[in-house]
Amino acid sequence: MEAARLPTTRTPPTARLRELISRYGLYVVLLALPVYYGIQDLADDGNLVRLGQNVVAGISNGSIWALIAIGYTLVYGIVELINFAHGDVFMIGSFVSVGFFGVIGLTEGTAAPLMVVGLLTTLVVAMVACGVLNAMIERVGYRPLRSAPKLAPLITAVGFSFILQNVGLLWLGGSQHSIDDLINAQHTLFTIFGVSVANGDVLAVAVTVPLLVLMTMFIGRSRLGKAMRATAQEPEAARLMGINVDTTISVTFMLGGMLAGAAGLIYALYQTTIWYFQGFTGGLVAFTAAVMGGIGNLQGAVLGGLIIGCIQQISDNRIGSAWTPAVVFAYLVLIMVFKPSGLLGEQTRDAG
Amino acid sequence: MTTVKASGQTRRRAASLRGGLPPWVEKRLVPALFFALLALVPFLFSSGGDFLQDCTVALAYVVMALGLNIVVGFAGLLDLGYVAFFAIGAYAAGWFGSGFFASINHEKGIHIGVSGFASHLPGLHVNFLLILVIAVVLTAVAGIIIGLPTLRLRGDYIAIVTLAFGEIIGRIAINGDDIHIFGQQLTAGRQGITPVDPISLPGIQTFGLLDIRPWYWFVLALVAVVLFVNFRLRDSRLGRAWVALREDEVAAVAMGVPAVRTKLLAYATGAAFGGMAGAFLAAFLNTVNADQFQFYFSILVLGMVILGGMGSIWGVVLGAITLSFLNNWFIPRVLNDVPGKLGINFDATQLTFGIYGFLLVMMMLLRPQGLIPERRRRMELADHIGAGETEESVYTARA
Repeated sequence: MEAARLPTTRTPPTARLRELISRYGLYVVLLALPVYYGIQDLADDGNLVRLGQNVVAGISNGSIWALIAIGYTLVYGIVELINFAHGDVFMIGSFVSVGFFGVIGLTEGTAAPLMVVGLLTTLVVAMVACGVLNAMIERVGYRPLRSAPKLAPLITAVGFSFILQNVGLLWLGGSQHSIDDLINAQHTLFTIFGVSVANGDVLAVAVTVPLLVLMTMFIGRSRLGKAMRATAQEPEAARLMGINVDTTISVTFMLGGMLAGAAGLIYALYQTTIWYFQGFTGGLVAFTAAVMGGIGNLQGAVLGGLIIGCIQQISDNRIGSAWTPAVVFAYLVLIMVFKPSGLLGEQTRDAG
Repeated sequence: MTTVKASGQTRRRAASLRGGLPPWVEKRLVPALFFALLALVPFLFSSGGDFLQDCTVALAYVVMALGLNIVVGFAGLLDLGYVAFFAIGAYAAGWFGSGFFASINHEKGIHIGVSGFASHLPGLHVNFLLILVIAVVLTAVAGIIIGLPTLRLRGDYIAIVTLAFGEIIGRIAINGDDIHIFGQQLTAGRQGITPVDPISLPGIQTFGLLDIRPWYWFVLALVAVVLFVNFRLRDSRLGRAWVALREDEVAAVAMGVPAVRTKLLAYATGAAFGGMAGAFLAAFLNTVNADQFQFYFSILVLGMVILGGMGSIWGVVLGAITLSFLNNWFIPRVLNDVPGKLGINFDATQLTFGIYGFLLVMMMLLRPQGLIPERRRRMELADHIGAGETEESVYTARA
């Protein structure tokens, strides 16, 4: 940049073009789909209701992906491991929630105040169960491999992913399992500019935002959060400063698992069908979100989740759901081309 | 050139010191005897039996794992989308060796170097050896295309971009029946392209579907060629450049290793082996089924490489054979019969996934460095212990 300002050196046009592309290409890519379909909507209907509807559904779906993506990003930031079992922890979260509905007898007929209490209890139960599960997986599968080659824990992660999927398979069988529509998810709660917002959308955002705020505060303010950041930055130095690295890593896995549990509950309430394979696809999407936002970065994971949610909805609605994964991954590749460290990417140790 | 000669000499000296045998025994005679023994295996089993079938598939996986080993093991580029090359190789066999393009040449078909039954069918029918060449070219080009966007990336960002490409190719395979190019479907979608021409070599009768022996010998020859190429590549200038990039990219570039070309060559070579195996499997299984090309498959092949020991050629061979037999023989044929034999009424097929996962976890926990670790890595570990650094943490260990 400094060199460009010197009067003697003038940037050649190709270099200037390249600079333009690298600066604005990302935004062009990100805005391509919504702008294209926005113009199409304006031409066809004269308003943007359809696009708005896509974005609302995208944000509520995206907040589920964001919760899972944070688990990936936290774990990656601290141990540089792609935790393939994380998506399946999310699936177990759904299953635990649905099981707990049965235990406390929540049905569609339950009165509203009781329903709120019941759902909050379920949220706590799902979060605790998944947090403990994730921490246990770390203890059994990853901790013994700290001194092993870097990719060894990746394979145990895949192994645990298969084991959890099998648990899900035995639990509720191999087909989609539909559950009671407890919150009447598709019922329109209110309408803004002709865009209807359903109960499910409100629930997803209402659960996600406080959790995200809490999580950011925990990591930013608390002692353990500080220890987590220190360990992520430089484990050896953190150890020398008296931080118990093993405990810190356990806590990180636990936090990630808790968010996945919450995501599992929202997913079950929002989609009203669950099955043992949802964790695999969901995990892949969430991991993509984490990378898109810049892996290791909390805000990036949330942003990535929301963007992927919107892309998915637009693509489902207009291109066809068969192509949605391809569209999402094409977006990922393009973003990586223009911004190799992700949208809000920090310089992690590996991607320096 | 002098350095090459010097390293060759030291290796020879080391070999003669170790075994007391002349180096050609170890380098030529032992592998030759080994392969001769393997070539005799089919005579011990029925030629249409399950065991030979499993062996043939396992050897095809060996080719695939050796290809991935070049990318992941030698060059240190984590590739989670290797299934893309399997898919492209399989489609090369499907496109150029079946009745898929039925309307081509006024429904009379085009035939290049094929004899027997296939030479009268409509569609495009090319001799399998040519198909192998086509598969290699197509996958090498695809490997370079997939490699290009990853050049600016590091570490696990590479993994996710390759994963994305793998998924995109898988999606195209499944939905390809909706894509029409000049009125012709791109793939047959979930229906699959079937039947695919069996291999017919000049001078030999066309391979039958029930007689597995010729298939076994063919893939064994393929493994021998690929192994030879792998060893030569590993010890070549290019192979050393790969290892140098893996160990320290900055230092390697500073020493004059052309990073872009070297990385792209790793992707292309690795992809080419995957394509060969894919084309073979398509012909052997007689179908190109779009549902095969899942993320799970990439993980399976990566598991073979990591379990065997990244970068170690014999390790990867062992890893591929282990996982392949675990998947195709041990779990479905042995373990699922256990409850029945014990008189327990329980369907063990329900547990297949879990058992497979459990075995993966156990194998990794027991042998984290892989079944046969690469010599360089073993030396590194030994060095660290010697320096009093028993606790080499995950943070400093490089992939």
